[in-house]
Amino acid sequence: MKNIKIKINNKEIVCSSEQTIMQVAKKNNIDIPGLCNHSDFSVKANCRVCVVEIIGRRNLATSCSTKVEDGMEIKTDTERVNKARNLNIELIFAEHIEKCPNCIWRVNCQLLDLAKKYKIKINRFKDRKSKRKIYKFANAIEIDGSQCIDCRNCLDACSFMQNINYLQLVGKGTTQEVVPVGKDGCIYCGQCAVHCPVGAAQEQTHWEMVEKALKDKGKIVVAQFVPQISASIGEEFGLSYDKNSTSQIVSGFRQLGFNYVFDVNLGADMTIKTEAEDLLKRLIKKEKKLSMFSSCCPAWVKYVEFYRSEFISNLTKARSPHINNGGFIKTYLAEQLKIDTKKIIVVSIMPCTAKKFEITRQELKINNNFPVDYVLTTRELAWLFKKNNIEFGKLKNSLVDSLRNNDNITNVCSVNGGVMGAVLCKMQDLLCDEKKIINVLDFKDVNGLVGVKEAKIKIADKILRVAIINGIGNIKQILDKVEDYDYIEVMACPDGCVGGGGQPIPTTFEIRQKRLISLFGHVVK
Amino acid sequence: MDILSKIKQADLVGRGGACFSVAKKWEAVKNVISDKKYIICNASEGEPGIVKDGFIIEKYPERLIDGIKIAIDFLSLDSSKIKAYLYINNKYYKKYYKKLSQSIGNLPIEIFVKQSGAGYIGGEESSLLNAIEHKRIEPRLRPPFPTTSGLWGCPTLINNVETFYNVSLVNSGEYRNSRFYTIGGDCFNNGVYYLSDNFTIQEILEKTNNIPDFPFFVQVGGNASGEILNSSQLKESVGGAGSITIFSLEKYQNKKFIENLLEFFVNESCGKCTPCREGSFRLNEIIKSEKVDWQLFFDLIENLSETSFCGLGSALAAPIKSFIKNVYPQINEKY
Ligand code: SF4
Ligand code: SF4
Ligand code: SF4
Ligand code: SF4
Ligand code: FES
Repeated sequence: MKNIKIKINNKEIVCSSEQTIMQVAKKNNIDIPGLCNHSDFSVKANCRVCVVEIIGRRNLATSCSTKVEDGMEIKTDTERVNKARNLNIELIFAEHIEKCPNCIWRVNCQLLDLAKKYKIKINRFKDRKSKRKIYKFANAIEIDGSQCIDCRNCLDACSFMQNINYLQLVGKGTTQEVVPVGKDGCIYCGQCAVHCPVGAAQEQTHWEMVEKALKDKGKIVVAQFVPQISASIGEEFGLSYDKNSTSQIVSGFRQLGFNYVFDVNLGADMTIKTEAEDLLKRLIKKEKKLSMFSSCCPAWVKYVEFYRSEFISNLTKARSPHINNGGFIKTYLAEQLKIDTKKIIVVSIMPCTAKKFEITRQELKINNNFPVDYVLTTRELAWLFKKNNIEFGKLKNSLVDSLRNNDNITNVCSVNGGVMGAVLCKMQDLLCDEKKIINVLDFKDVNGLVGVKEAKIKIADKILRVAIINGIGNIKQILDKVEDYDYIEVMACPDGCVGGGGQPIPTTFEIRQKRLISLFGHVVK
Repeated sequence: MDILSKIKQADLVGRGGACFSVAKKWEAVKNVISDKKYIICNASEGEPGIVKDGFIIEKYPERLIDGIKIAIDFLSLDSSKIKAYLYINNKYYKKYYKKLSQSIGNLPIEIFVKQSGAGYIGGEESSLLNAIEHKRIEPRLRPPFPTTSGLWGCPTLINNVETFYNVSLVNSGEYRNSRFYTIGGDCFNNGVYYLSDNFTIQEILEKTNNIPDFPFFVQVGGNASGEILNSSQLKESVGGAGSITIFSLEKYQNKKFIENLLEFFVNESCGKCTPCREGSFRLNEIIKSEKVDWQLFFDLIENLSETSFCGLGSALAAPIKSFIKNVYPQINEKY
């Protein structure tokens, strides 16, 4: 890598030659808009919105795909550039049917921002996609063809990132369309949605139902949420990460009209206990198969069920924290408060789209009731705040309601070894009389596999071989040597739930790292 | 003299339409160090109005295969390190399969039939790489260029049928600066002719006895992407893939002519980039509307040649712009 000198809009800039024009511009606070470029994926250069003029070159160049060269002179705002860029934005706008009034992307809509900033004429063309289908994947994800702008990020997410390959591009030219492959096979991870610039791929929203329940005087509506949303929701309101927003979120819930607000710590404790016992049974009593797989992540569970059913019995039967928590609310709390369970509506607020699917699983029912009624994503929550003029960032602090008397702090679930760490501690507890703090797990990256870490750990006289996988894209390589591990935790999304499919847009590698730091104060190794 | 010097001396240019220097391409592929290299002879001939590659395959299959063999020998003497594909459209394949296999014998040349539906873009050089790799048929981002990273990431030499034919002639000292012209449309003596490559359009039409006795215009270099000239502009030589199509002014000086062109491009757009996918669709809408918004029409055309991902975009601009300019400038007064 060598340093070179270039000029953008007459401003001299020293930069490394390995970067694209867009990257250099961004670093230097020069705005070049683009709709198809995403740093999680390789460059596609298909929207043609990011065009710039390079002095001495005949054609305009797309800045996302053109590397800087020594002495390059770039103009980002000449008349020629403006004309081309604006026309391409207009063309894209014209193939996207706006459904703004109820679109959660409106919280931070790139398309509306661009239209406004560049004063795009938006009425010259007729909608051409009004007859496009909406494809629904269970109750979790949908792809609305009438809103798709053909950027192909969802395909990259589903194929290159997750290696699920459930989406495909059919047709060509204006008949080109993103469609699902077959009836079943989506794992509901929502990576397509969190990478879609315009909400064409998105979660199937529950906020309408939640709003209705909140207005219903006969209902007791309960919110329960996980820490990952407090690490990211501030992004939707342009706030910095250092503001821990948990207590703000709580008062936001109260303003929205939730009757109770809980964290899921109690549920997490239950998960951890069951999971530790399960592991113990497998390990010592050899009752069930090793290796044991975590089952916190519903996308991972769905993956095993659909693609690798030979491993179903490897999944721990422990329920995920919010399901346990919801069950507790609907049984214990209902009894305490003497309310009819039917009147309680439990809403989980999650960084996750797959949880929407999880809550509909029949086998989770308790006394014929689903433990959780609705799942809102982080995006839906931000949308509800905006919609109700709740000024996030200016709210008074508020504490969660308590589900038990002395609420001791639980390990954060579902982030980088959160569950696994806690389960191993619990194992230690169950195995030994003396309470010993377990050594910090010394995880090592597995060569060549992004998001895969492994460790060996001694508990009592057992050496446990464990692995943590954040991002399901590399799972095959691990399942191929499953006998090398006793215990495997898998989170389907890159970097775990901080990169979940229900998180704010944009979600990129850098942003996921920032969220991790804000959750743990440092990057978890 | 080695083959590269001979090609340089003959100043061969690619006959697929882009007219890129053959020697430069060959050198570029030769100079990359790689365990595997590929050669592709492009016999997809997808441009409407051009049939000269089919003509060569029919008449001179041994010459064509000889040209490919020369390229194979030039790039590597070790046959495990090199493989050639003859990428051919289905129609030609059916017609000439026997002849070609006979000429190929046991050379490392595989015939690859262009998929049905690969369309116009299936002949574009980076799209045909995708076709052979069984990927979605559409152009690739460049750089890297096929010469350094082509088929399965290996250096790949892609030339057209006529180019390989010329290489064979150059090698045996028989090349005479001639090229194949496809002549068609409203004329009596249509067909493929082999004539000097510096003749003007006028001269070619005279030599082939094809000067119309009615008012006409011509499209040169392909019926989709070729430039359109009126009958007083025939002093130019023939560009692109070497075709002249004659149109009767009376029959074709109308808006329908543009509509047909646009129809073609709308159907052939691969869908990858905004200006081509959306632009050609909107152009088609505009031209069919009662009151044509000419300002927007030309803005969209300009935008296509300025910002489209591959050459298809500018390929659309040339014929439409030149048709309006050279043949039908009064169109905007009528619609
Ligand atoms: S993404 Fe949503 S908010 Fe933005 S323009 Fe489309 S419908 Fe409107
Ligand atoms: S939710 Fe995940 S698996 Fe389903 S289509 Fe989207 S990216 Fe693919
Ligand atoms: S669904 Fe969204 S991400 Fe996928 S191609 Fe359409 S606009 Fe892009
Ligand atoms: S990793 Fe987290 S956010 Fe992603 S699907 Fe699994 S539980 Fe949901
Ligand atoms: S961002 Fe560069 S072409 Fe889309």
